[in-house]
Parts: sequence; structure tokens; C-alpha cells
Amino acid sequence: MSALTDLGVAAIRDGVAAGDFKAREVAEAYIANVEQGRALNAFVVETPEHALAAADAADAARVSGDLKPLSGVPLGIKDLFCTKGVQTTAGSKMLEGYKPVYESTVSGNLLAAGAGMLGKLNMDEFAMGSSNETSAFGNVLSPWRRNDGGNVALTPGGSSGGSATAVSARLAPGVTGTDTGGSIRQPAAFTGITGIKPTYGRCSRYGMVAFASSLDQAGPMARDVRDCAILLEAMAGFDPKDSTSLQLDVPKWEANLAADVRGKKVGIPNEYRIDGVPAEIDAVWEQGIGWLRDAGAEIVEVSLPHTKYALPAYYIIAPAEASSNLARYDGVRYGLRVQPEQGGLQDMYEATRAAGFGPEVKRRIMIGTYVLSAGFYDAYFNQAQKVRALIARDFDNAWTKCDLLLTPTAPSAAFGLGEKMSDPLAMYLNDVFAVPASLAGLPAISVPAGLDGQGLPLGLQIIGKALDEQSVLNAALAFEERAGFTHRAEAWW
Amino acid sequence: MSDYRIQGATGEWEVVIGLEVHAQVTSNAKLFSGASTEFGAEPNTQVALVDAAFPGMLPVLNGECIRQAVRTGMALEAKINKWSRFDRKNYFYADLPQGYQISQLYHPLVGEGEIHLDLESGATKTVGVERIHVEQDAGKLMHDQHPSFSYVDLNRSGVALMEIVSKPDMRSPEEAGAYVRKLRAILRYVGSCDGNMEQGSMRADVNVSVRKPGAEFGTRTETKNVNSVRFIQAVIEHEARRQVDVIEDGGTIVQETRLFDPDKGETRSLRSKEDAHDYRYFPDPDLLPLELGDAFLAECRASLPELPDAKRARYEDELGMSAYNAAVLTADVTTARWFEALLDRLGAEHAQRASNWVASELFGALNRLGRSLEDSPVTPEGAAELLALVADGTLSGTLAKQVFEIMLETGQGAAAIVEERGLKQTSDTGAIEAVIAEVIAANQDKVAEYRGGKDKLFGFFVGQVMRVMAGKANPGVVNELLKKALG
Repeated sequence: MSALTDLGVAAIRDGVAAGDFKAREVAEAYIANVEQGRALNAFVVETPEHALAAADAADAARVSGDLKPLSGVPLGIKDLFCTKGVQTTAGSKMLEGYKPVYESTVSGNLLAAGAGMLGKLNMDEFAMGSSNETSAFGNVLSPWRRNDGGNVALTPGGSSGGSATAVSARLAPGVTGTDTGGSIRQPAAFTGITGIKPTYGRCSRYGMVAFASSLDQAGPMARDVRDCAILLEAMAGFDPKDSTSLQLDVPKWEANLAADVRGKKVGIPNEYRIDGVPAEIDAVWEQGIGWLRDAGAEIVEVSLPHTKYALPAYYIIAPAEASSNLARYDGVRYGLRVQPEQGGLQDMYEATRAAGFGPEVKRRIMIGTYVLSAGFYDAYFNQAQKVRALIARDFDNAWTKCDLLLTPTAPSAAFGLGEKMSDPLAMYLNDVFAVPASLAGLPAISVPAGLDGQGLPLGLQIIGKALDEQSVLNAALAFEERAGFTHRAEAWW
Repeated sequence: MSDYRIQGATGEWEVVIGLEVHAQVTSNAKLFSGASTEFGAEPNTQVALVDAAFPGMLPVLNGECIRQAVRTGMALEAKINKWSRFDRKNYFYADLPQGYQISQLYHPLVGEGEIHLDLESGATKTVGVERIHVEQDAGKLMHDQHPSFSYVDLNRSGVALMEIVSKPDMRSPEEAGAYVRKLRAILRYVGSCDGNMEQGSMRADVNVSVRKPGAEFGTRTETKNVNSVRFIQAVIEHEARRQVDVIEDGGTIVQETRLFDPDKGETRSLRSKEDAHDYRYFPDPDLLPLELGDAFLAECRASLPELPDAKRARYEDELGMSAYNAAVLTADVTTARWFEALLDRLGAEHAQRASNWVASELFGALNRLGRSLEDSPVTPEGAAELLALVADGTLSGTLAKQVFEIMLETGQGAAAIVEERGLKQTSDTGAIEAVIAEVIAANQDKVAEYRGGKDKLFGFFVGQVMRVMAGKANPGVVNELLKKALG
């Protein structure tokens, strides 16, 4: 394996700029890894020609002195982002073969910053899942295995499972993910990498296939905090094409990055200590608390009393929005069409949607349709919206006592493929720690904290105030320095 | 005015009518996309990606559409809601690419207002407006393109509509017709909708119920997408009669959606309440709540033109026009604009005469020619030139009619016609007196009768003099000299 693939985003950028190596060499090294890593099924589509073209442009830019912020950096793009001329499926059979004529703002921003695209990353269908097992294009395997000598295939988490495996297995130095209720943070935790969901509205949703519009938010996943800061800076920004995008300048997150939490108060929410969570997770949490204290933070106990209602509220609001957002996949204009003999319009809808959507997507469309229907709207959707407001208020109250929150990212380490597919509720519980920040639209990062007894990565989550990504990143960096997480999955693929 | 009543076997019934008028907002671009809204383009040539609901596409509100709807609300004396929100109305149909229509259920842009009607009987009536909300139009299905498939044209998809919902305040087809015409007039004055019903820019859902006079409201039916005043009235007449018959036959009216068949003049059931869609309305998460600032509202108000009621009152009270002329000239914005362009040239002091001329001479001529004011062969400037010649005594009424006819035929200006053909009226007393003497000499018998008390004959002498003088004599001078001569 070439050493170039040991380099992350910052190292590649700086090395190309310094002339230590050519961007083309980097692209070729990663392309080789992508090919060697096909058994992991992280990519739905590989686009080596795109990565090479961007690399050549970067090498030329270095000569002419026109290097851009991400010149020479090849990235993987989650298949939820529409990419012009390149198949975009959102992990669904419904969109197999669909090639958008437009580019999502987030991927477009990255490409405009000089990045190349290695390919489109596998994911749970329409981002609905926590194990990547709902993808129409097969399971993604985690590069990690338990240290028990067995070869049980593990999930990389989801929905950004392909993204997590790609970074963790060195198939890409950085990737895009999206997070609706934990889809960046949980897979990052499962695969020992770093991923940040910014404040809702930091990244444009234009061209990102919608799951739940009020929650969907793009963010980067990479090997460390600095790389995440670099990528987020390139992805984010006001976009007039997205009415919910924030009309704010993008802060200089990388330039202001400092492993400094002195004077910061870090809250430990009581309600995140829940039954059934392995002791190892509590232990890692305690350790993390120690690291931040060691870094100069003051640790305070806080209460987020409505936490236990977050998951049920999320599983009303997200499916409700999804049931409406996915109505457009009807076989009329693009994507799959199944036209029964002698059938009318209604028959075409039914056949197309029956064949095009997988079971989890259908389940959520049904839940969403139910909670919005006449007679149930107030009891479910309206009630969930009220809960959402209360959860946001919980955080506001917490911010009177602290600046950041430290919690586990997920209630377990990566589990085996197939272990939870028959139990949707167990699967949904994966998001229990991630969902409150999503409902409140707050920035949250997952950073690797250590390994459990089976040798699998565990992550902790740092949640910050709206728009205060800088404090989140800085605390994460301080955490990262102390955690010293250098474990890697051994290449078996 | 006698109340409109349906005669049934059990006595008289009263009809209760409410209208939901869908008016296409005048704007270059659609409500949430930059695609053009021009009528009549080739199918699917005015479709942005968001109008066709491609994956990941997002709506971005067109502020001009909101401005037009707010101005409309102000013109209807309605409450403008400074905070409103868009909701999704979910249902599947091939002309609805998103699978939902973006509309406003819970928090509409405009609240309660009113429209003042003048009925043919001379009575007036005020009809309440419940609300105005803004929403997207759907596309159009085309069933004549293929033997076994329907095609869809998305040019209309996403075009901005105002849904103007009346209160159930109307009680007759006449009132409903007057409401739609008045609403259309106001929209056209404001410039927020062209009011073109043939092109579908305005169409109505007609809610009808019947009751014994003074009783509780009956169950209503809603007849969808009716696109002319005549059809709206036909729907009401047919529906009221049908409902009375059903009830008197011992049946009950079911709340349902009906369709109008213009060929048969009937309505028929489309779907009952049980089959009604559950639209699963919820706030559209792609759009932020809409908050209107004071400066925006002030601009909207300042940009409103003088509206028909105010203009009509001014024409009567300040310009001294007859009630009839004031009503006719303010009924449509095109007429009012034409007339005011004329007055601008002629001077407001001549408003009364100008209004008479437009209402009788011009409209009469246009009627004869089968043309409308928009393609009138005579411009306001041309008319002002003609009427100025009357005002300064150059032309008599009779001569003015002749000149006008020539204007219509040749397109020439009035002054040029007068000059070229020598149609100038004369006030030359010598010439007129000579003709009077001639006429008196030739009609001694009638002179005797007149002098014997048959006053009516005066008109005969005037006519004779004018005839001999080919209409060019100043009638005032003729009158005066004749009286003296016959005296």
C-alpha cells in the first residue's frame, strides 16, 4: 500500500502545494485503494477519471500559482448528493441509472475548491437506516472486525456507511456525509473516524436528495478534526437556492482551530445515562470527561429533561416529511417506471413504488402518511413538533450553564450485519444520542475515543451552541490530542 | 329587488353560494422557480427543475408574487397577515410532479376582506372575503396525443395562484355573477391578475347549498374549475334546482365534489366526501415562514392605483358624470385608462361631455364594428382632438358625428378632416339669417301654425335650416336667430 494514502486532507493539500508529491500520484494511490477495496462495497460508482482530471488540474495550478483550498485532494461523495452527469441513486433502486443534469451545491463547492471525486458512496436507501443494510446496492462492510478471531461482518453504521468505510479503510482521505438523525456521527463512531454535522442551514441542501428537509444537513467525515474543519469550510455557505440556508459568512474554522478548552464549561447531561448501554461506553465517556477536564474545561452536570421524547418525536417528524418528499418518485418523469399491462396511472404508481422502494423506506412512508392523516395529525405530528420545541428549549437552558455537551455518540459499538434488521425499534435506538441535536439543529461532532473489549472503536459526541462550530471543533481537537486514537482496521479485503 | 327563490313542491327555497376563485398572479416567473409563465408556449418548454420535482430541487419564493397578492388583499380592504406560512397539500396525480401542492392552509397571507357589488336592480350588496392564500398551479394533462397514454405539460406547473375564498354571502346567480365581475375588475385594476377566464387565468370552485329562507345552512356541494361567469351562474341554477328536487324527494344532499358539463348544462358527482383525499397538510419544511416588513407593506399600498369604487365616486361627485356613465367607464381598467388618457388631453372640465361621447358614440361605433377598446381604431388622443373641436365651437354635434365616422373609416385626425373637407361649423349670422329667411318664405303655412301656438314646430325650422346649411351652422346661433325671426 502506498504511503500516500496514509495522508489526510491537510497533509495532501500541503504536500501538493509544497511540491512533495504530485496530486496525480495521490489520486492514483487512492484510486488503487478504491479498486482493492471493492469487497467493502463502499462505492456505488467509481469515477477515477474525475479524480485524475482534478489532480492534473491541481498539478497545473501549482505551476501557475493558482492552487485552490482543496487542490489535489480526492474525495468520496455520498450518493445522496446529485452530481452532474454521474449516476445518483440515494441508495435506491428507484433512482438506478439516474444521472442528474445539475450539481448539488455542496459537491459543487468542493469541486470548485479544487477537490476531485473518486466516486459515489453507498448509503442506506434515501438515508433511512443506521447500518447501511437498506441500500439497494448491497451492504457496506466495515473494515473493522472483532478481535475474537471470528470473521463476522460488521456494519459501518448508517446511513453514511459507504462514507465511513471509505475513510476508515483509506479509500479516501475525506468524504461527504449527511446527517438527519445521526447519519454522520454514528457511522463515524462505528469506524473510528471523525464526522461533524454543522448547524442546520450551514450547508445548502440544494441538490441533496431530500429525506427529512427540516433535519437533513450535510457535513464532512475524515480522519481527524482538522480535516473535518477544512472540508466543512469548503462545503458550507449561504446558497440562495436553499431558502433554509443561513445567510452568514463561513467562519475560518481551520485558521481558528486551537486545542483549547480553557475557560469552557462542558456539560454532562444526566439523561444520556440510559439503561442497557454497555459499561464500556460509560467508561469511555468518563475517560473523555477526564481528557477535557485535563485540557482545562470545567465539567458541569446538566439536565436535558425531554431527552427521552426525542427519539419518538424524531420518528414521527422525519417519516412525516419523508412521506411527502418521496412522493415525487412516481415513475412519471425519471427513475424507475413499472407499467403493468392494461394498467392505469394508479396501477403504475403502485407497481413503481412497490418495486422501487425497499422495506424500510416503505415502512417510513407508511408511518409518515399515518401521522399526518386526518384525525392523527394533532396527536402525532403536532405533538412531535411541540416536543421538538421543548428539546430545543432544553438545550437553551443547558447553555446557561455550559458551552458544550459531551455525550456518547451511539449506545453500542458496531454490530454484526443482520443482527438488527428484523427489529426496527432496536435499529432506531442507535440514534438515541444523536437525534436531540438534530431536532434542535445544533452542531455536533463524533470523535474516536478508544476501543471496546472486542477491539471495536467507540466515539464520543460533542454538541455545541447553534453556529458555534468553532468551539465544537476546538474541543474535539483537544479531545483528539489526548485520546491519541491511532488504531486502524487491519486490511483484510 | 325581489329575492331569488327556487319554487319547490314544499314552498320556496333560498340558495346559498360561496365562491373560491383561483386567480393566476401576474408575474414573469413562477411562484417558486424562475421559469416563464407566458401563456401558449410549446408544452414543457417553461419548466424549471423544481417545477418538475427533480431530486434535491428546492423551492425559492418569488417575492413579486407575494407583492401582488398583498396588493390584491389591500384592494379588497382585507387584513394582511404579516406572518404567514406555506403548507404542503399531499396527493398523487400525474400533473402534480412533487406529489404535493405548496399552498397555505393554516396561516394564509391575507385574511378577511370585502367586495361591494352593484346589482342590476340598483341595489348594492357587500360580500365578505374569508381569506386569500397563495399556492402553486398544477400541470395539464393532454389526452389526445397517444392512443393509450396521457401526456403531461408542466408549463403551468408551479405558476402562482391566489385562491380568493368568499364567505357564503351570495344568494342568487346574479349576485355570484356580479361578485366575479367585480373581483375581476379589481384584480385587473391592481394588475395582479389579467382576469382572462378563457385562458384559465381565473376560474372558480362554486359552493352551493339550499335552505328554506332563514333556516340553517344546508349541506353544500362544490363544483370545481368553472371558467366563465355564465357557467358559474348555470352551475348555481342547476345545482340549486337539483338539490331542492333531491330534498323534496326525501333524499339528502351529500357533501361532495362535482364537475360541470358545459354541453349539457349539468353538474355531476366527481367524488363524495368518503372518497375525498386526505391531503395530509403540514408546514413545508423547505420554506421559512413568510414575514412581511413595514416598508414592504408601505410600498404595496403606495403602489395601488385608484380602485373602481373610488374612481366611480370621483367621476360622479367631482367630474359631474351621470351615474350610468361613471359606472360604465370605471367597470374595467382598460376603459378607465382609455378615458383618463382622453381627459388628460382634453381637460377634466369637459369630463361630462367626454363621458357621454365615449359611452354612446364610441361604444356604439365599437359595437357596430365588433371591436373592443383595446383595438379601437380611435386613440384617446384622436378622440381628445375631436372633442376639443366641439368644445371650442368649431364642430357642432352633427358635424362631430360626421367627422367621427370619417375618422373611423380613414384613420385620419379630426382637425385634418375638418380642414380638408371644410366641415367647420359656421356662426356667420348673415349667412344663417339668409337661410332662415329662405326657410320662412318656403313654409308660410307652418310659420302661421307656429305663431298660432304650435311650439313643437320650432324643431322643424331648426332642422330645415341645418339641412340647407349641411349641418355646418352653429345650432346655438341658429336657435337664437330663428326665435328672433319667428318671434
